[in-house]
Amino acid sequence: MSTTSSAPVQKAPVRIRRSSSRGSGIRGREAAAGWLFVSPMLIILGLFLVVPVLMAAWVSVSDWTGRGSPLSSSVGFVGADNYRTLVSGGGLATQDFGTALRNNAWYVVLVVPAQTALALFLAVMVNRKVLRGRGAFRTAFYFPSVTSSVAITVLFLFLFSASGAINKILGYLSVSGPNWFSDARGVVHILLGAVGVDQAPAALAGSGFLGITWWAWLAGPSVAMSVFIIMAVFTTSGTFMLLFIAGLQSIAGEVDEAALMDGASGWQRFRYVTVPMLRPTLFTVITLGLIGCWQVFDQIYTGTQGGPAKTTLTPAYLSYTSSFESQQWGRGAAIAFVLFAIIVVMTILQRFVLRERTTVPKRKRFVTADMTGAKK
Amino acid sequence: MRRPSRTLAVTALIATGTLALAACGGGSNFDEPAAEGSAAAGSGELTILIGSSGDSETDAVNAAVAAWSKESGTKATVNVASDLNQELSQGFAAGSPPDVFYTSTDQLAGYAANGSLFPYGDDLAAIDDFYPSLRENFTVDGQLYCAPKDFSTLGLVINTDAWTAAGLTDADVPTDWDSLAAAAAKLTTETQVGLSFGPEYQRLGVFMAQAGGGLVDEDGKTAIADSPENLEALTFVQKMLADGVLAYPSAIDSGWGGEAFGSGRAAMTIEGNWIIGALTNDFPTVKYQVAELPAGPAGQGTLQFTNCWGIAADSANQDSAKALVEFLTSTDQQVAFAEAFGVMPSVESAGDGFRAALPAQTAFLDSAEFAVGMPTAQGATDVIADFNGQIEGLASADAKAMLASVQTNLQAVLDSAG
Repeated sequence: MSTTSSAPVQKAPVRIRRSSSRGSGIRGREAAAGWLFVSPMLIILGLFLVVPVLMAAWVSVSDWTGRGSPLSSSVGFVGADNYRTLVSGGGLATQDFGTALRNNAWYVVLVVPAQTALALFLAVMVNRKVLRGRGAFRTAFYFPSVTSSVAITVLFLFLFSASGAINKILGYLSVSGPNWFSDARGVVHILLGAVGVDQAPAALAGSGFLGITWWAWLAGPSVAMSVFIIMAVFTTSGTFMLLFIAGLQSIAGEVDEAALMDGASGWQRFRYVTVPMLRPTLFTVITLGLIGCWQVFDQIYTGTQGGPAKTTLTPAYLSYTSSFESQQWGRGAAIAFVLFAIIVVMTILQRFVLRERTTVPKRKRFVTADMTGAKK
Repeated sequence: MRRPSRTLAVTALIATGTLALAACGGGSNFDEPAAEGSAAAGSGELTILIGSSGDSETDAVNAAVAAWSKESGTKATVNVASDLNQELSQGFAAGSPPDVFYTSTDQLAGYAANGSLFPYGDDLAAIDDFYPSLRENFTVDGQLYCAPKDFSTLGLVINTDAWTAAGLTDADVPTDWDSLAAAAAKLTTETQVGLSFGPEYQRLGVFMAQAGGGLVDEDGKTAIADSPENLEALTFVQKMLADGVLAYPSAIDSGWGGEAFGSGRAAMTIEGNWIIGALTNDFPTVKYQVAELPAGPAGQGTLQFTNCWGIAADSANQDSAKALVEFLTSTDQQVAFAEAFGVMPSVESAGDGFRAALPAQTAFLDSAEFAVGMPTAQGATDVIADFNGQIEGLASADAKAMLASVQTNLQAVLDSAG
């Protein structure tokens, strides 16, 4: 029913824009002026983004050792060698890369859904008109996002130290907390250990991918990494809450009222009205979350430097250490590009999953067609 | 009218691109060292980049360099890097590195391999005065790349109050593994653990040295990580961990061995002489004594760490840089550095001066006799980092499998380093 009413309204401005851009002769000069106006940005982007990215792409397929310009004549082209070392070299480089991907994949799998759900929950809560002091809550929830990640990391290092506040609280509950930041055990392994599975089944221990066994892939985030996961959810959900609030406020009150009149319960209105209408915001939030999570670096750099036992090593941090510490610039650049590819693929995948389904709900279409027929 | 606008757009784009590229190439010609370096050549001014441990080190280096400047008439500025590796890498990539800089043994092989370092070591007049083991640390393919700046060894630091409280006397100072474990057991109480050191090869390696093991053999071509001697050392450490007489600093709320020791959570630690400064600053009331590390099945052993004064291959002032390094590594200057911030001189002739100035630290200097350096092959740092990751879990790990993985990784690194 909304389709019929909004269709003519939508068409009108489109038609106007089209006719105006086609018709008159003086518009060409306007385009030139437009290009002139955007040129500072284009130059800046070109200089600080396109050129460095192209240079990094070149470094990733070269044997540049970090001395002099990577474009000088002494630097040779090595094809996909750097990528091959990472993916199928079988040595320490592959192992480190596999470990980093493993750690980060668990981080993404846990952080993205958790932060999205929490942000949506908070947004819905502080968006309710009956809530008193909404502004205060909104500020409180947003606060962790404005604090620098270095400060928050240091704070968490103290909170989660062996005799820190968290373990003190756990102590009152008669739970002896782990030594968070130096506990390299994987959470899934701990859970499996609790039910008596503390050795790798032969099928998982014998084979593996990227230099580490399937059993190690299944380890889950280490206890140390779990702290970073909690921290990421804590710091980012405020930002995403803001996005959701903006989305929620653009949903007209009538839609909700209409659903109410149709007898939808509170949960039904949320699930079938609010969430579908938040789809563009949801897409933004998940995309930003995915990108941010795959690029996690500063917490690791200030917090654990990859330890304990490399369980907080991430591809972004590995790329940094391979380049600056080990002088393996090609490998470092290659890691960055693999990371880029992962992010792009995941974003496309996510876009595909969250696309507007125009053909699927057949029954609903039948209903609307029927109703439009009745109206006409 | 659309067409001309598009042409314009394309022109604008091309112009932008050219501008961007020109801007990029403007500063430095791709094949030549950057303009900055050659500008420095004109003036002959030296830049020195150091990674300082604190104000006392910065001040001492500043004073020494200023003294040399006055003597030689060459201007020189000292910069303190917050992240030395990163700033050096930027300098090398841009073709305008500092002339003189600290170089660690981990970084040496990488910088030597990419030609960033000017190998001047063999031209030094006083070359024979440096400890031979230090010279070896900075030799790559038979060439001494740089002059050892100073060095440190690991010793056993004992809290004397805890020691007497546990009823131990000077005669009980550990001389072998058994007496070390026994003393640690006696010192372990409810709130204090007998011994603590960081979970890394850079500490635990002393036991491997004492057992007669190590990571690479003498010619530096073969990995010997999976030797039975190393296994013996790891088993010994594992046993102390299991008995609760040894704990890693992180397990007792400390960032490193020195903090665990100073805060009284550990009665003994294995650290280098940098701990002296840290204790003076942070825990001035703690009374301690430094002893040589005990002997293992194969005799005494410890690890040594060192830095050298690197000179950039791209430096236009190599001669004056070399003169500066000769000045900084001279006997008198090294004693002055030792007095200022407690480092051990890299030349044997300064040994007596050091002993006279810092009598409490003679055990560290005496340990130089049986100290072994860190493996220097390119990529060895990564292997050690991986090993360190495994050492963190040593308490419950299969020591043999651990050493086997180090062996595989290290041999691969040594083979590719040639």
